[in-house]
Amino acid sequence: MRSDTYAPTTYRILIGKPGLDGHDRGAKVVARALRDAGFEVIYSGLHQTPEALVQTAIQEDVDGIGLSILSGAHNTLMPRVVELLRDEGADDIFVFGGGIIPDDDIPQLKAAGVAEIFTPGTATSTIIDFVRGTCDKKYGRSDSGDP
Amino acid sequence: MKDALDHQILAGNTRAAARLMRLIDDRHPAAPDILAGLFPHTGDAYVIGITGNPGSGKSTLVNQLITEFRSRNDTVGCIAVDPTSPFSGGAILGDRVRMQDHAGDDGVFIRSVATRGHLGGLSRSTPAMVQVMDAMGFDVILIETVGVGQDEIEIVRLADTSLVVMVPGLGDDIQADKAGLMEIADVFVLNKSDRPAISQLRRQLQTMLSLHHQTSPDDTYRRPPLINTNALTGDGIDALVGAIDDHRLHLDEILDPQRRFQHRCAHLVRAIARTELEQRFHSACHSPDFDELIDQVADGRLDPYSAAQRLAATMLR
Ligand SMILES: Nc1nc2c(ncn2[C@@H]2O[C@H](COP(=O)(O)OP(=O)(O)OP(=O)(O)O)[C@@H](O)[C@H]2O)c(=O)[nH]1
Ligand SMILES: [Mg+2]
Repeated sequence: MRSDTYAPTTYRILIGKPGLDGHDRGAKVVARALRDAGFEVIYSGLHQTPEALVQTAIQEDVDGIGLSILSGAHNTLMPRVVELLRDEGADDIFVFGGGIIPDDDIPQLKAAGVAEIFTPGTATSTIIDFVRGTCDKKYGRSDSGDP
Repeated sequence: MKDALDHQILAGNTRAAARLMRLIDDRHPAAPDILAGLFPHTGDAYVIGITGNPGSGKSTLVNQLITEFRSRNDTVGCIAVDPTSPFSGGAILGDRVRMQDHAGDDGVFIRSVATRGHLGGLSRSTPAMVQVMDAMGFDVILIETVGVGQDEIEIVRLADTSLVVMVPGLGDDIQADKAGLMEIADVFVLNKSDRPAISQLRRQLQTMLSLHHQTSPDDTYRRPPLINTNALTGDGIDALVGAIDDHRLHLDEILDPQRRFQHRCAHLVRAIARTELEQRFHSACHSPDFDELIDQVADGRLDPYSAAQRLAATMLR
């Protein structure tokens, strides 16, 4: 079950919307971009708790979770997801985030274990490169990995 | 990897099961051995297939069915299949969005699967994934097919009870006849019964079923019931579960458990062998021998029919 004995043919990513805000346009744009780049994307729908997202990530055996948060609650919700993954022994699943997140908050989110934060206006290609690169690294693949 | 995974799965470890499902989907060479170890622990789950046109409400119905089965204390596994994009090989798997009522319930395991080029409404991996959930001890396993409305015959072999979902106003009745759905339905679900055209759909289906009944040669033919549901409110879901229970009793009457298990084994062996052959075919077509064979055909040294025979022979070595 360890990553070093297995390299998947297709990367799987969960796109989650924790918290109260009801705007999922950004989440859907990222989901579609990832699909078009060959990823299998599980979309959670709105208003998921961190607990539900972590359960979904485990059932779906995803490589990473992308969290889209526009409500301003990123400082609690994002670290919470990281923490729950750790509690489940699933911290090989990386967490990245997007939404309206002030620059000042980014260092502390990264310190809490969030792998990357994308602010509005980031090109989807940048997000895809990051996700693919992080997956490749996870499975010990060089930059030219197949999936 | 093997020992660890199958023991963990039998002990109910979701992470291990989820990983095995991925190995299956990826056709990892370690998967068959692990599955073989799980097989003696399977056969107890009741498998229900849900098919119907895109947007007919399959996922919303599954959400309600899970609620109903959970209220009886049955644990529920669900495999929700969505199409893979033929352009990128990627997929958006969104059925879970409608199943959020069960987020956080440990008695419910939902797995989203992409078709990865397989036709027939399921993924190649679905039969083996059912095995994994069965071995984990789930009482009921629900399978939501892609719902292209055509060619969804595979689900019938895999499921004990197949539900076909129809909605008013789509000309679904005609579609059903064309796609052979009349043959596969054990229960017709008339969803979106909050719409006025529901009674018209019901009448049309009844007429078609009567015609079908008269021409059906099979004496074990059982006319499928029509159940109205509103998957948004849950209206009619108790009747739907009642109809599933009735069909289950009917199966018990016409086939003893031993025979039924045999049918299931036959399906499983066929599915596994087909996957194996597909894989061998794929490698046979991507080998130097293949290129050499094609050169011979192109040069006029060999005819295509003999070449195909030789190719088939190498697959079976
Ligand atoms: N009015 C009404 N709408 C419904 C009913 N059931 C489902 N819907 C709606 O129909 C739409 C499609 O529902 P889904 O459950 O996603 O349908 P599906 O068959 O799973 O769709 P695919 O997985 O894309 O094939 C959603 O907007 C649902 O809210 C119903 O009984 N009545
Ligand atoms: Mg659906």
